[in-house]
Amino acid sequence: MSKSFYSKLSLAGAAAALTAFAATPALAQEVPEHGVFILNSVLFLMAGFLVMFMAAGFCMLEAGLVRAKNTTMQLTKNMALFSIAAIGYYLVGYNLMYPLGDWSIDGVFSSLFPAVAVMESVGVAPEAADDIGYASTASDYFFQLMFCAATASIVSGTLAERIKLWPFLLFTLILTAFIYPLQASWKWGGGFLDEMGFLDFAGSTVVHSVGGWAALAGALVLGARAGKYKDGRVVPMPGANLPLATLGTFILWLGWFGFNGGSQLAMGTVSDVADVSRIFANTNAAAAGGSLVALILTQLMYKKADLTMVLNGALAGLVSITAEPLTPSLGVATLIGGVGGLIVVFAVPMLDKLKIDDVVGAIPVHLIAGIWGTLAVPLTNGDASFGTQITSIVIVGAFTFVVSWVVWTIINLVMGIRVSEEVELEGLDKAELGMESYPEFSK
Amino acid sequence: MKYIVAIIQPGRLTAVHEALAGIGIEGLTTSEVQGYGRQKGKSEMYRGAEYTVHFLPKVKIEIAVDANMADKVVETIKAASESGKIGDGKIFTLDLEAATRIRTGETGADAL
Repeated sequence: MSKSFYSKLSLAGAAAALTAFAATPALAQEVPEHGVFILNSVLFLMAGFLVMFMAAGFCMLEAGLVRAKNTTMQLTKNMALFSIAAIGYYLVGYNLMYPLGDWSIDGVFSSLFPAVAVMESVGVAPEAADDIGYASTASDYFFQLMFCAATASIVSGTLAERIKLWPFLLFTLILTAFIYPLQASWKWGGGFLDEMGFLDFAGSTVVHSVGGWAALAGALVLGARAGKYKDGRVVPMPGANLPLATLGTFILWLGWFGFNGGSQLAMGTVSDVADVSRIFANTNAAAAGGSLVALILTQLMYKKADLTMVLNGALAGLVSITAEPLTPSLGVATLIGGVGGLIVVFAVPMLDKLKIDDVVGAIPVHLIAGIWGTLAVPLTNGDASFGTQITSIVIVGAFTFVVSWVVWTIINLVMGIRVSEEVELEGLDKAELGMESYPEFSK
Repeated sequence: MKYIVAIIQPGRLTAVHEALAGIGIEGLTTSEVQGYGRQKGKSEMYRGAEYTVHFLPKVKIEIAVDANMADKVVETIKAASESGKIGDGKIFTLDLEAATRIRTGETGADAL
């Protein structure tokens, strides 16, 4: 199995490197043979475990923003969804996402379906490697799986405190095996959106908006938490543990360096390493912008800074820069992230007005800031056009929302996705799991 | 004997304890409680929506004292826990019929 789509990119890099080495033979002796393959693989592994840790970030953020009586359930869902993603992506997702130019419907549906992911053999020799000019297949698989799992993590926060465990996990399997990989193939698998010139570097649309659309569809089918919207008023249900929510946000912020930096997909040349470095710095700048805008706006609007909005603001800044973390300057990256923070402060109360109950703010952060980040690409990257970006946002959004809504509706009809009101009042930990997070606290 | 029950702001407990120790009070019981009085809870914002906290956290102090100490104890608690703002709390004084020290079996004022 060769990575023909990406190997074009990395072969160009390798050719440039070879030219440079030929001009300075002394230097060539210092660079290990197959250096590009090795360094690219190292990038995928390093970035991959940073993205893996984002699962812990999502988990802690959600554990902090739900009420204490639903904590164990939220932790259980996060552990399970991450594990289910590994199964769904292995069974069919990886090959559905990367057809390597071999389509059964051109640019739309991979011919490598249904087929499980396969690694290179143990101790593979250079000449037997799938793509010696790119990276090891297992490093690529590992890195891409983490993105798939991140998409599933986005959904669980929105639907917290009222969705049953098993129907949620069933949806997660469908999302990670089919919905996410299929639409991702249209861009990252070299499909029709990629052919059209759609640019989405690390996935403001392909990952974050997709998670957001799936969450929105779920929230509409599921309904708001009992008592959340009463007599035309919004009844806040403050999260139980803001230190955990803050820790989760910092973990996500850290993991995002792998998410965006690894999406350079290459580290074997000076220019690639310099670009990965630019991406790290821009990613940090955008998070800072989003966080500060939310801090200042909540102080001005509500007379008190709201930490939960500051946390969402930092994450929205990160999502905003994800579609193009390479080309902006540090100042522009800060501003792009800052708009993400602004989006959060206005979108959170707007969703409440529409009676869409999003427990952790995942829809403003991932869906709306994801759309903004995708639209912002042409501001700094001349290869992108607003028309193509908008068309792609609409196509991916319509596909993900409609399919997710249908899947949620079918699961709801077959097994019911919502717990009873009695269970909701008692808390899912006691009623559904019989296990509390803090059994020794009396309150 | 008198039984004094004071509901105070949680942040005042240390000052009240020090003041009571200063006038020779040798024992008291505290508990964390929630409630409301004329203040009727408090308005807060969370993620852009206003809400009322109906039951505010307070600390309850209970002290059994000889009747002649009661007024002084009440004055001391009042002085140490007063901020002048709404929500400072209340002090109740009750008659205490009997007291027994479990270890020695002493009763009445000797048990205090």
